[in-house]
Amino acid sequence: MFGSGIIRGLGITLKRTITTYTDDLAKVPSRYINSLDTPSGKVLQQPPEVKGLFTIQYPEEKRQLPENFRFIPMLVYEEDTGKQRCTACGICSKVCPSQCIWIVRDQTKAGKPIPRPKEFYVDASICMSCGLCAEFCPFDSIKMNHDYELAVYDRFPSLILDLEELSVPTSYYAALYPAAWEEEQEAKRIKEERKRARAKKAAEAKAKKAAAAAAAKAKADKKPDASEA
Amino acid sequence: MDEETVAVKTLPYADAVPGAVLDADDSGIVVNKDKLVDFALYLRNEEGFDYLSSLQAVDYLGYPDRTAADRFEVVYHLFNTKKGGEGVVLKVRLPEDNPELPSVILVWPGADLQEREAWDLFGIKFKGHPRLRRILLWEGFHGHPMRKDWKEAYYEDDHKPFHSRWPEGHYRWSEDRAPWGDNVNYPQGWDPTGFVPPAPPLPKIHQRPMPESGEKIDTDVIVVNMGPQHPSTHGVFRMIAALDGETVVGLEPEMGYLHRNHEKIGERNTWIMNIPFTDRLDYLSSMSNNLGYVITVEKMLGEKAVPPERAEYLRVIMAELTRVQNHLWTIGFLLNDLGAFYTPALYTIEERELILDLFEAASGSRMMCNYMRFGGVRRDVTDDWLKTARELVFNRLPAKVDEFDRYLTESEILMERTIGVGYLSPEDAIATSMSGPMIRGSGVPYDVRKARPYSIYDRFDWDVVTYDGCDVYARYRVRLGEVRQSIRILKQALDQIPEGPIMNKKPAYSFRVPKGDAYGAVEAPKGELGFYVVSDGSDNPWRYHVRAPSYININALEHMSIGYKVADLIIILGAIDIVLGETDR
Repeated sequence: MFGSGIIRGLGITLKRTITTYTDDLAKVPSRYINSLDTPSGKVLQQPPEVKGLFTIQYPEEKRQLPENFRFIPMLVYEEDTGKQRCTACGICSKVCPSQCIWIVRDQTKAGKPIPRPKEFYVDASICMSCGLCAEFCPFDSIKMNHDYELAVYDRFPSLILDLEELSVPTSYYAALYPAAWEEEQEAKRIKEERKRARAKKAAEAKAKKAAAAAAAKAKADKKPDASEA
Repeated sequence: MDEETVAVKTLPYADAVPGAVLDADDSGIVVNKDKLVDFALYLRNEEGFDYLSSLQAVDYLGYPDRTAADRFEVVYHLFNTKKGGEGVVLKVRLPEDNPELPSVILVWPGADLQEREAWDLFGIKFKGHPRLRRILLWEGFHGHPMRKDWKEAYYEDDHKPFHSRWPEGHYRWSEDRAPWGDNVNYPQGWDPTGFVPPAPPLPKIHQRPMPESGEKIDTDVIVVNMGPQHPSTHGVFRMIAALDGETVVGLEPEMGYLHRNHEKIGERNTWIMNIPFTDRLDYLSSMSNNLGYVITVEKMLGEKAVPPERAEYLRVIMAELTRVQNHLWTIGFLLNDLGAFYTPALYTIEERELILDLFEAASGSRMMCNYMRFGGVRRDVTDDWLKTARELVFNRLPAKVDEFDRYLTESEILMERTIGVGYLSPEDAIATSMSGPMIRGSGVPYDVRKARPYSIYDRFDWDVVTYDGCDVYARYRVRLGEVRQSIRILKQALDQIPEGPIMNKKPAYSFRVPKGDAYGAVEAPKGELGFYVVSDGSDNPWRYHVRAPSYININALEHMSIGYKVADLIIILGAIDIVLGETDR
């Protein structure tokens, strides 16, 4: 029938409007039930069950990011000691496809290298957010930040992030990457346990050896007694 | 018989065209350039190699065992669309001064854009090509940038990593290193005052339509620019159209506005650095691009980089999800091009968003996934991820595809506008090297996944979708059908995915690839995405070429558009489904 397409098209729009309202009705009294409330805005998630409207009101509302989300690198330092995890080994700057990482390795007055960065730059304007630096960092120092709101008025120097701007404490990392942090702590714990076990074993062996030596000595000391006897 | 003739006799096809085959090994047949066209005709007519998949040049300046007499090499990858199977590789070696060889455009018209690209980037002349002009760069460009001795304005080192970054990596702004902060090289002694920019090319005028009344009216052909800044060209693409009234009588595609010499960057990069760069080719389907590059390099690495089972399944799942979201996007925007502004496009994008959520959870990014690695994938997926994917694949997507089918396929507006528009016969589709939904929309069942199965596609039960309408409507239906087939593959893959490791060994950030070359192709959503890589045994590719389906599918644009109305031009282009990141590279 001529014009049936138009009516069907209007029907689709009507259906969409109604489903949006029914979706919203399920959330009465508030749209923000089960959402996170952060200082920068409400964080929402769209589950695959959503039938109606998909859009969220950025920047007042934000999407919930998965843990593995990556944007710009950050450098993690130990919160309790204040020590950078980075040892300035340079692997991140070697693997970086856009070559946006610049590192000056620290050195003693005599010119001997010290395993820590003196300067560390990431040119955020050419970083392609690939995450290869975080993937290949052997010291778990470089990780990908989730902060994607980087807009500034000029490119140079605002987008050249230096060591201070890149550094984040371990607690920040733990909050962004709860699962990875858990894994890391677990690995650390196992490593330490093993170390302790090894130390214990070594101490035991040492004690045994010492005891054996003492026994031998005692035996040796005793021998004259025995001969005496 | 002397020794030499005996040696020649053992070469493949040596009897077919005397003197054509000079040498042959596992990587290809070296052909005498004077006999090239005869040999090409023989291969096409007698052996059935009707499909010129990829044509590329390589500069071997400074490569081990190469001299100035065979500095350049032009490589042809030919396939048989009827039988499938492995193809044949032709190589023509050319000297340093005056590299010239006959064009094969009359044998395979699909050589058109690819020969122009080789001329543009390497300065290799193809005798007999009707319009051997630059294509990605402009006519006034100085030099041929893919030659090994050409250096860019910001040139720092031949290979990454650059030495200025560590351990004395004091930051330097790259703009300070070039005069006026410009990314341009000027030839020596160039005088800007006397420079006249070259005139833009005008389209060739085809037969003008006869007036219906038979009465001749004195009219002019006018030339209209569509693009480069036009929403319907899907990016910065320019069509110079010659119009007689509203009828298109000539068309000249102009591209290269997004050209960044991806292939030169690829030569500077180490092998692994190229993976995130492939994301930026066709930015709608980065997972397929990753897969294409990774399986090509894995071919060269051999036994060392065979991915474990779970990784193979993850690759197929990602590649098929990519196809679903890409086709949904294309269907939505085809409707957009028809004038249904954004409403249908937004409905299809909703499903795409959910697939991108999955990509984001698995790889860390929605579009620039950077997920595949040599010998595996970047990261394992969680059980929650698989649950969401199952929910999507088993419940939501099939229902949605049925809904689109119900609302769109029988829609009188869509049928009225697309049936019979953009006709491309099956013979022309093969000859002009079309691939993907373009060739299957012309009824040719050519799909790389079936013709030369890669990864684990041979384990799944699915069909190649073809429609023989040869028009925009058929291409639309092929896309919808392929979404259904992809869902079929996804269901099987999600059911069968085994537990296990995802990498065959710990990934390395730097490694060497054995000397040689390889061509690997995957069926990307847009067509056959091929990578041709040459290694000299070092940490970096010697040559890295992308056979971009969006680029080669433009071969037939002029042919498909002549005689249709200017409004149809938009949907003919929209149905090719180009992404300019891949077209211009």
